[in-house]
Amino acid sequence: MTDIPFGAHSRRKSKYAARSVPGEKLATSAMIASLDAEGRATIAAPFGQALCELAATRDDIVGLSADLSKYTDMHVFAERYPDRFYQMGMAEQLLFSAAAGLAREGFTPFATTYAVFASRRAYDFICMAIAEENLPVKIACALPGLTTGYGPSHQATEDLAIFRGMPNLTIVDPCDAVETMQATHALAATPGPTYMRLLRGNVPDVLGEYGYQFELGRAKTLRDGNDVLFISSGFMTMRTLDAAKALEADGVDCAVLHVPTIKPLDEATIRLEAAKTGRLIVTAENHSIIGGLGEAVGASLMRAGVQARFRQIALPDEFLDAGALPTLHDQYGLSVPRITTRVKEWLDE
Amino acid sequence: MSKPIPQRGSNVSLPRRAWAIRRHALRMGEVQGQGYIGQALGVADVLAVACFHATHYRPEDPGWEGRDRFYLSIGHYAIALYAAMIEAGILPEDEIETYGMDDSRMPMSGMASYTPGMEITGGSLGQGLGIAVGAAMGLKRKGNPAFVYNLMSDGELGEGSTWEAAMSAAQHKLNNLICLVDFNNQQADGPSRAALATTPEAPKWQAFGWHAQEVDGNDLPALVRAFDNARNHPGDAPRVIICNTQMCKGVPFLEARDKTHFIRVDADEWAKALAHLDSVIPA
Repeated sequence: MTDIPFGAHSRRKSKYAARSVPGEKLATSAMIASLDAEGRATIAAPFGQALCELAATRDDIVGLSADLSKYTDMHVFAERYPDRFYQMGMAEQLLFSAAAGLAREGFTPFATTYAVFASRRAYDFICMAIAEENLPVKIACALPGLTTGYGPSHQATEDLAIFRGMPNLTIVDPCDAVETMQATHALAATPGPTYMRLLRGNVPDVLGEYGYQFELGRAKTLRDGNDVLFISSGFMTMRTLDAAKALEADGVDCAVLHVPTIKPLDEATIRLEAAKTGRLIVTAENHSIIGGLGEAVGASLMRAGVQARFRQIALPDEFLDAGALPTLHDQYGLSVPRITTRVKEWLDE
Repeated sequence: MSKPIPQRGSNVSLPRRAWAIRRHALRMGEVQGQGYIGQALGVADVLAVACFHATHYRPEDPGWEGRDRFYLSIGHYAIALYAAMIEAGILPEDEIETYGMDDSRMPMSGMASYTPGMEITGGSLGQGLGIAVGAAMGLKRKGNPAFVYNLMSDGELGEGSTWEAAMSAAQHKLNNLICLVDFNNQQADGPSRAALATTPEAPKWQAFGWHAQEVDGNDLPALVRAFDNARNHPGDAPRVIICNTQMCKGVPFLEARDKTHFIRVDADEWAKALAHLDSVIPA
């Protein structure tokens, strides 16, 4: 191990320290933060809606919650199908064990909670009771990455790093409401366990204008360009599309490759796009810089011998601050202005 | 929910079944030279009653939809359940020599994908009862009258997830769930009660809404009564039978040992243990 200078493990800066972008102080938006709702059409509770559509045609669909149905859009299903909904109480280890038991008896359980509680608290139960036996339990978890300003207790900045190591588990990080609905149907149709990062509440409709259709395990080029290739997942694809438009005004031509399935990763498409010479490759994800999409893409390109300039937009390896979501996205580099600024700096290097 | 006691076309006595389970387990232990023999000998009477009196199943069709589910939460007790399944005719006796070997259907820790009749992958302790809760809910959804049995250990009472599941079973009125606790007061570091006191056990379960019985787990007639009570008890409560067992029961020189969680037995002692069993064959 290399020497670590004394004091290198510095504490997080005071919450009273100056922000990188001075200005109006926003209220912490707690658990019900919206993503870019202003000026964009939204769809209410897309996951809950899709689950009800599924249940209308499949008797095997059941829903479970650990006291967070209202915050995972499971309440929509619980109200429509009360006899097919199981309230398991504030007990996440039980939530996933019981889902495994229901799956053993032929049902397809959708189990929902916050991403922090599934990944940090119930990992062993998901791993042994569900994944090792390849049971069709569908896990959908709200507040992935930095989607709440509530603080580290509710910010699942490392859920992908945790779950990518779990064999058999399919992992999906949808961009918007359209994809959330499509992915819910696709995941229900696939055998085996799945984990979906859930955008809940009023979720923007972004991909509608691209005529997009989710396909499990497939990355899709949403926009072509000669200077920069964004490789992004989750709501960061919303941000890279906006950044591409902003950069276009400055004469920078950006492509966007959307990668909603984190595992299994569509390495063929990623390598094909990355091998086109001359482009700066920028991965963008709503996750820690450790163990998420960026490192998965980087390792894949190295294994394939693809040479390219490579940069990552991701959350730092820190416990994040509490605050208002727009403030935090700006502070940690996920906002459109921060993306465009950094890309221009990288192009000038 | 009461069902007739199944007749399996056999008049073999329960003491003889328990004896045979002990013998099969000892032979498997001999293959490895070590193992969880103390637990297998101790729980043999419980398994004899479970497998040859209480549960419904078809040996030739371990996945039969009408079967009672028998979950082994304690994966390391697999040697005991394999022994019972050999005695039941689910597994062939000649596979005893493969126990714990490469490519065996009988790995040292019980896993569902390896072994016919092994319902779940146990081993990570504190998971079986939660899975049993889900299965019991699922059986009720299907209108299937089968019971779910979950065999767990006293050490698992230390796992918080056990109590999450216990509360939920009562909440969901899972009267088709029967939990068996093998209470041998022995875990990896020593006596269970010294590690994390779980006394009083039966009142705890009762306070969590369960119909609880405590029984001498090496007393076959008492076990039969307890299993019958558990199946026939009226009402919505899930049922638990706390079975107080003696580690290494039936082999006196092993019973006398202090630490019996994982036993290493000298080569000549296997023959000695088997010889003892063979000198006390029940009718």
